[in-house]
Parts: sequence; structure tokens; C-alpha cells
Amino acid sequence: MIISLNHYLVLSAFLFCIGVAGVLTRKNAIIIFASIELMLNAVNLSFIAFARHWGDAGGQIFVFFSLVVAAAEVAVGLAIIVVLFRHKETINIDDVNLMRW
Amino acid sequence: MEAIFFIILSIIIIFSSMMVILKKNPIASVLFLILALFSTAAMYVMLMAPFIAAIQIIVYAGAIMVLFLFVIMLLNLKKINEGGAVTLKILGVIVAGLMMVVTAVVLRSVAIPADSGFLRSSPEGFGTVENVGMTLFTTYLLPFEIASFLLLAAIIGAVVLAKKKL
Repeated sequence: MIISLNHYLVLSAFLFCIGVAGVLTRKNAIIIFASIELMLNAVNLSFIAFARHWGDAGGQIFVFFSLVVAAAEVAVGLAIIVVLFRHKETINIDDVNLMRW
Repeated sequence: MEAIFFIILSIIIIFSSMMVILKKNPIASVLFLILALFSTAAMYVMLMAPFIAAIQIIVYAGAIMVLFLFVIMLLNLKKINEGGAVTLKILGVIVAGLMMVVTAVVLRSVAIPADSGFLRSSPEGFGTVENVGMTLFTTYLLPFEIASFLLLAAIIGAVVLAKKKL
């Protein structure tokens, strides 16, 4: 069996859908964050697979930038979660509806 | 040989990703996320991207996940009631499954000619620090500078948010 681009793309799609299921089903804000990281990781995997397929280093550069964005996102997001916990004493997203109405 | 490694790694990645969203304890699920990121880094090495694999381990599995664990331990959480409407959870899983179906259909219809391995044999030194750095600092120099601004904004934002009085 020869591993080709399609195998990596299917794996990546599967991981992305696991991440979507995590975001949609869990209540803990930190685990939702972790699921978002899973989705980013799945997309990174397909970028790297495409870079290998076409023999172009551009895909790897994009993964580099997506790592930068993920780091920034995690720093700000976790700060928001800490502030939320200070105000509401919970990070259950069902109890957080400050901005709903 | 490559196929065996691919199958083993993908089983580890899928298992640990499932555990991330199934585990009740947030610390356990973050530890499984670290495992998933590590095995993805191994897969990057298989795809001739050793530099990105090293970055993945240092930045993702190292720094970001430590930040996660730090926040979890800092917050000293009580057990979160994961109950509530079961229908909503089933709906969430169904939506994710539908998304998988849509992606599979798209993947079938675009028909990437990849049945016999990768399209091009990668050039000499592909994915090394030298090669990636050369591309990064010539073609992608402006995005690189903008990324540094993004990180600066994120640092300032995190510091401002974490102040005692908002």
C-alpha cells in the first residue's frame, strides 16, 4: 500500500470533524478551546501534505503562520477565560450569556 | 514501511483526539491533546517537514499546552455539569458526521491524481531550516513582519485583560 495525499486528507478531515463535535457537544470552555486547537492541527496536517505533494515549501510557511495565529489566539482566549472565571466563578458556557441579549 | 508508520500514527492521533473530547477531566483531555500534537509532529517528519515538526513540538506541545495546564490549575475548577439537553449533544455529533460526509464527497469529486504516491519527488533539502527560512525571508517577508505585530497585539491584549481592574 502506497500512502498518498488522499490518505492524509481523509485523516485531516476526520480530525477536523472530531474537533467540530467537541465544540458542539462540550460545555467546558477550556475543552472547547482544546477542540479548536484540534481543528487547527487538522488543517495544518493537510497543508503539510499538500506541500509535500506539490514539492512547494509555501505550505510549510502557511503552517508556520497558523502556529503564530494559534499562539496569539490561545494567549488572548485563556486571558478572557481567566477574567470570565473571576467575574462569574464558572467557565460553563451555559452560564455565560453576558452578550446574548 | 511508510504505510505501517502512517497507520500506527493515525490510530494514535484519532484515539487521542477522541479522548480529548470524551474525557470528563480537563487535565486528562489536555494531556491527550499533547499526545495528539506530538504524533502529528511525527507525521510532519514523515512528510519531510522536520523544521515545522520541531516548531510544533516546541510551540504547540510545549508552550501552548503548558499555558492550558497552567490556566486549568489556576482556576481550581469545580466539576462542571456536562448534563443538560441530550438532544443537543446528539445533534452536535450528527452535524459533525454530516460535515465528514460533505468533506468525503468533495474529496471524491475533485479526484486529486494521487493514487501512486506523491506527485513530485521533493527537491534536495526540502523542509529543512535552510529551505524554509529562505522562503520565509524572501517571498513571505511582509507576512512575517505582520505576524510579529499580531504577537505584539496578543501580548498587550493578554496583559490588559489579566489586570485586576478591567
